[in-house]
Amino acid sequence: MNDIISGLRVTAATMAICVAGYTAVILGFAQVVTPATANGSLILGDDGTARGSRLIAQGFTAPGYVWPRPSAVAYDAAGAGGSNLSPANPLLAERARALIAAYGGNTTPIPADLVTASGAGLDPHISRAGALFQAPRVAAARDVAPAAVRAIIDRLAERPGGAFTPDRIVNVLELNIALDAELARSSDTE
Amino acid sequence: MDHVLVIGLIIGGTALLSLPLGAWMKLAMDPASGGATRWTTLFARIGGTCEEQGWKRYLVAMLIFNAIMFTVTFAILALQHWLPLNPDGKGSLGPTLVFNTAASFTTNTNLQHYSGEVSMSYLSQLAGMMWLQFVSAATGIAALAALARGIAGRATLGNFLVDVQRASFLVLLPVALVVAVLMVLMGVPMTLQGSAVVTTLEGVTQTIARGPVAAFLTIKQLGTNGGGFFGPNATHPLENPSFWTNGLAMIAIMLIPMACVWMFGGILRRRKHAAVIFAVMTLFILVKITGSVSFETAPTPAFADLPVAADVGNLEGKELRFGATGGPLWAVLTTSTSNGSVGAMHDSLNPLTGLMPMAGMWLNATFGGVGVGMINMFLYIVVAVFVAGMMVGRTPEYLGHRIEAKEVRLAVLALFAHAVLILGGTALFAATSLGQSTVQETGAHGFSEILYEFTSAAANNGSGFEGLGDGTWAWNIATGVVMLLGRFLPIILPLAIVGSLMTKRRAAESVGTLGVEDATFGIMLGITIVIFGALTFLPAAALGPIAEHFARP
Repeated sequence: MNDIISGLRVTAATMAICVAGYTAVILGFAQVVTPATANGSLILGDDGTARGSRLIAQGFTAPGYVWPRPSAVAYDAAGAGGSNLSPANPLLAERARALIAAYGGNTTPIPADLVTASGAGLDPHISRAGALFQAPRVAAARDVAPAAVRAIIDRLAERPGGAFTPDRIVNVLELNIALDAELARSSDTE
Repeated sequence: MDHVLVIGLIIGGTALLSLPLGAWMKLAMDPASGGATRWTTLFARIGGTCEEQGWKRYLVAMLIFNAIMFTVTFAILALQHWLPLNPDGKGSLGPTLVFNTAASFTTNTNLQHYSGEVSMSYLSQLAGMMWLQFVSAATGIAALAALARGIAGRATLGNFLVDVQRASFLVLLPVALVVAVLMVLMGVPMTLQGSAVVTTLEGVTQTIARGPVAAFLTIKQLGTNGGGFFGPNATHPLENPSFWTNGLAMIAIMLIPMACVWMFGGILRRRKHAAVIFAVMTLFILVKITGSVSFETAPTPAFADLPVAADVGNLEGKELRFGATGGPLWAVLTTSTSNGSVGAMHDSLNPLTGLMPMAGMWLNATFGGVGVGMINMFLYIVVAVFVAGMMVGRTPEYLGHRIEAKEVRLAVLALFAHAVLILGGTALFAATSLGQSTVQETGAHGFSEILYEFTSAAANNGSGFEGLGDGTWAWNIATGVVMLLGRFLPIILPLAIVGSLMTKRRAAESVGTLGVEDATFGIMLGITIVIFGALTFLPAAALGPIAEHFARP
């Protein structure tokens, strides 16, 4: 009996300090020092409404936009997940075949990230190669020279871990916002 | 080259950080005997108890506190739809899911048969799960401190509720505050606002779940808990936004399990012995990492016949921002330490890569969970000392304690129980519709999914081959029971061994005593781990990942 009462007292103490106290300290710090990222790294449009999160992929389909990696959950940011398909599963190749067709039946090899789903299905990035691969389509849809699209891609491409990660990646939402801001939008991007 | 650099910095850096932390943990958990410190007095007053406990009393206090942990969280989860801090209006949860989740977080496993952002209110996440992430980890640290005191020859093991407060308030909380602040500065969300609803550039409405992620994920990693705030855990961009948060998280995963070895050595006053154990554990982890990274940076065979560039490794289930090393390195760290958070989807790993996490959980002692990993290693040490003693024809002794039939029987029973829980459960579910109807893929990979799930539950890990449809009542109950046995047997039996050792007179160490501070001992320990830990599971591995590897076209 004494063990139970003592246990309950320690329960109350750990709840108060490790749950309420700890959460309050970190919450207060985050909301004061880094309010933008603390609330989900939202990107606001000109009218002040949220157009997305810098960290969350959007399911772009218009030819004038760069497309993200495929998502096993249709870019559902309220129910994220991966395909969990094993490498031996024929569904992987099937999905890749469909995507290759959607990308116009390429003859040059398509970068692997464009045909593989990420763990959460929300990967905000694609490889620089994957973005350049789409530059001709985006340029045609926007009626501009592919070089203009490539220049924007190269400007935004970054190494996520500096010297530790040699391969450059690019944030798709930020790239598409830059494309809209700098290059004319033809009607089919609307 | 960048692989070696990343691995070296993460493992080497964490090993260096673990030295001062281990020294602090020794001071915090086991202040110099004699006058009680201010903290000890305070904790004794909070708990209303300061009696010195023998191994049985210590265990009873631990089990009662863990029963309270289970009950409180069970109640919060079961009632979440009526409780506050639920801005997105999450509904009620099924009873077997509530049982499974409460068992999972009480046992430091964090196996999740739900998806956090879909099912759980903020109160359930914070006061249910996150609370257990503190106190279940503290239970492990307390148990290790008690074990070490017994081996060190003290008359008693200490007081459980004082120990659990020391571990919570003096070890976990300060480290968590530092790491959580760094996570916030690196862009992890921390808010009590409900989901954000946005209109995308193409005019589609997207609902973005968020929440008090930074506080949660920090203790999730530090306490080798591993339960994600979001369903896909640390692959979710809001739970792990960048290469740098990924690196910090990997350090947090390894830090306290490593420091526990130094704390053990500190309480024993045997730092060289601890260094040998540390070296053996590190060697095992490096072997697994080498395997994992090299198997996983091979292109996936799925696209062999398609016009897909084959210049990168297997990207299915992986995030680009972590770089090529991030996924496979994390997979080893999280399973070597009983953590179980995932930085890539394990089900989509190449077959031989998937074997590495399984091997980590089969051994479960390199470095193992917070506190309990070192306790598991103690079991291997008992067996190794016994075998070594038999080989040279001397009475086996460990630090002056005579290891006799009774102690070895208990140690083998604990190691055997781990194997029986995994292989018995896998056999039952693989042979019946209980498991067969839930696998995503037939054949060897389906078997691997079942094997992985029981391995993860028994090792108190919590990761999974998530293609498995594990939300059924059968899986909820079976893994719930396996988690409870897999948690408490490897704490109860080692403490019983120590209880038995404490009743015997200690022999003075002589030249004939087996040295525990040299390479010979390290090699002996390594061989014991391979034979008892790994070979037990070789047949199962052959039926699962190995068969899958060779079955490829």
